[in-house]
Amino acid sequence: MTDFSDPRPSRWQRLTDNDIFWSFIHSPGAMIAAAVTLLCILACFAAPLIAPFNPFDPAQISLWDGKLPPAWVDGGQPQYWLGTDNQGRDMLSTILYGGRLSILVGLAAVCLGMVLGVSLGVISGYVGGATDAIIMRIADVQLTIPGILLAILINGIGRAILPLEMREDFAIYVVIIAIGLTDWPQFARVARGATLVEANKEYVQAARVIGLPGWLIMLRHIFPNTLRPVLVIATIGLALAIIAEATLSFLGQGIPPTTPSLGTLIRVGNEYLFSGLWWITFFPALTLVVLVFSVNLLGDWMRDALNPKLR
Amino acid sequence: MTVTRTLAAALMTTAMAVPMAAQAENVLRWTSQGDALTLDPHSQNEGPTNSMNSLIYESLVSRNYELVLEPELAESWEAAPDGWTFKLREGVKFHDGSDFTAEDVVFSFERALAESSDFKEQAKAVTSVEVIDDYTVKLITDGPNPILANQLTGILIMDKDWSEANNVTTPQDYAASEETFAVRNANGTGPFVVESRAPEELTVLTANPDWWGTDLFPGNLDKIEYRPISNAATRVAALLSGEVDFVLDPPLQDLKRIEAADGLEVKTAAQIRSIFFGFDMASDKLRSSSLEENPFKDPKVREAFNLAIDKDAIQRVVMEGLSFPTAMITPPGVLGNTPELDEQFGFDPEKAKALLTEAGYADGFSVQLDCPNNRYNNDEKICQAAVAMLAKVGVDVKLDAIPKAQHFPKIQNRTSDFYMLGWGVPTLDSHYVFAYLLAKDGSWNATGYDNARVNEITQAITTETDLDKRTALIDEAWQIIREEKPYLPIHHQVIAWAMSDDFDIPIASDDGLRPRYVVKK
Repeated sequence: MTDFSDPRPSRWQRLTDNDIFWSFIHSPGAMIAAAVTLLCILACFAAPLIAPFNPFDPAQISLWDGKLPPAWVDGGQPQYWLGTDNQGRDMLSTILYGGRLSILVGLAAVCLGMVLGVSLGVISGYVGGATDAIIMRIADVQLTIPGILLAILINGIGRAILPLEMREDFAIYVVIIAIGLTDWPQFARVARGATLVEANKEYVQAARVIGLPGWLIMLRHIFPNTLRPVLVIATIGLALAIIAEATLSFLGQGIPPTTPSLGTLIRVGNEYLFSGLWWITFFPALTLVVLVFSVNLLGDWMRDALNPKLR
Repeated sequence: MTVTRTLAAALMTTAMAVPMAAQAENVLRWTSQGDALTLDPHSQNEGPTNSMNSLIYESLVSRNYELVLEPELAESWEAAPDGWTFKLREGVKFHDGSDFTAEDVVFSFERALAESSDFKEQAKAVTSVEVIDDYTVKLITDGPNPILANQLTGILIMDKDWSEANNVTTPQDYAASEETFAVRNANGTGPFVVESRAPEELTVLTANPDWWGTDLFPGNLDKIEYRPISNAATRVAALLSGEVDFVLDPPLQDLKRIEAADGLEVKTAAQIRSIFFGFDMASDKLRSSSLEENPFKDPKVREAFNLAIDKDAIQRVVMEGLSFPTAMITPPGVLGNTPELDEQFGFDPEKAKALLTEAGYADGFSVQLDCPNNRYNNDEKICQAAVAMLAKVGVDVKLDAIPKAQHFPKIQNRTSDFYMLGWGVPTLDSHYVFAYLLAKDGSWNATGYDNARVNEITQAITTETDLDKRTALIDEAWQIIREEKPYLPIHHQVIAWAMSDDFDIPIASDDGLRPRYVVKK
């Protein structure tokens, strides 16, 4: 009898039969972090389906239900499980919708930073010479300035050049650009390092010998091999970007209160801390902490797992 | 021995220096959410701006904290056949040392009547100023004017020579963002001199040692530091931590917390200020709506908006009970407000929907609501609540909440479709409301409301001396306004001041601080 079954390992086997997966299932911290992150992301993105109310629909808000405490506290009402804010919006729904916005802004900002940083890093490492020097010095200079200051600056300029009536509609894009432009040097440095290693390998030299153009070599041959370390930076960068968005919004420079992100919710709730309405700021803050902490843990584990020296 | 003596001497010096330093200065550190828009006393007729400017400049007649008229730069006044004769206070000097004379009064009235002045409606009462001698002027009026003294409290007196030397003989055109010398510099006769000013940051005023009233008023402040803090929670934190002594506008939800703190107290008073929304009912088309016509032209739509807003909910939840829901844009205490006129229209979203359907807007329409976010108590939150309430009757309202410095020009330039405004009445007379908000060419009338009878009455009550007839005219105008609803009244404000109990600060219902009565204990 001949065995006709495919001798190559199946996709699932390939996914599970490697050291990264092994490291993952042997690290309880990573698994919990991954589960919590996944849960947060799924819950936030499914907000329109699972949230009890739509906080962006003014017709669903009743002012008379404003400032209600969480359901288990005296005076709370069962339909508002985490209480309501000053306008009568359900806190749970606002957090889910707000979390979605925070994650989206974080992802978009990291993607922008990654595309920008990796391109510049690969070019810098591959071309070398003056190009390399200029790009990396710009990155160095930018790294000496605290990221959040730079984000505030870019954000401020972005808002100033927009006409007043467009400011609110475009606030979210301005924030994404501000954070994305802040975190590219990290990506550039890592990508350049990886490029320097790859550029001297024989397959790259072979590609050069057969006359492939530089951009094709960078894109097809070098870029895929820089992805591992970039992914680690991207994960940690996501946590930082979410924090940066929350900081900007908390300072009143980010997402407007009509479509609040987690940071905006914390800022709005902050006004009510003195009067004892703790839940308006506490639950968004808790969500932010849990989300960022688990993404960070995941990034931390990924760094260890992908680092050959630590294996 | 020498060492001990030196030490003793040093100790004594320190011991003596400390109480002396503490006695030397009575500083009031004051905060509220927004800054004065300008130091030009005739450019912006706006509460905080007037409040700041009246510390530096003075008017002929002013009101004390109980809003009783008292002489300021005028010592006495009496009716003359064609106006009023004012005897001016002698020996008063401007901050730069020059004398205050009748010439300055003439100049200031002319300046307040200039095109760019925001005090035209008050100054218009005086057709010309006649100099009798250096310290006597006659304010000529267009017929007998029973309320002239009331109208003068807002007209601050500037120095003619200083204004000419600095090229500020006309007021700053605020709506056109003009910048002049008088915007950041001031030379008045008032109890405080500007030491330094960084707009939106810190304004330091020092007591004027040569002020005429130093011995006449109980106030004992040497210095005022005004530092606007836009975030409400930060303002309260600053008061709780002792960083400031006085918060003019503490957030209402924090009053209990402030009262519970040691060494702090809260004072409240019904304010002479009403909060309302205005509709642009004159333009052919709204700027922020896709409709081809202007729905606000239809009285049914204006009535529907009135019925859709739950004013009691705003009072209970947003204002923490500190407001009086109303159907009138001027509060009790102002001549013209009566309980009948102030009777609420009620809250009836069903009827509002029916009215909108009748008017042809069964599916509603969209419009932008312009709202300040640093002017009135909980201004932005009131607007947010209104957006939700109007959404329930199908009107899609987009909220644009911005700082007052950008909001007010929209109203004065008449470029807003639907906006929030608050109006205080320093004269305590309805004429002030008619002239600015309801007369056809009123400078704050962005509704474009133009009713022939109301315009006529606005004119007539400036000369009608029979008080019963005059009150009847005012009442008639308010009846028309109640019927036609160019404005959507929300409530009369209650003001709360929070302060350190080191100070005795008398609260005034016009929300104006009167430092001449402020005593540091």
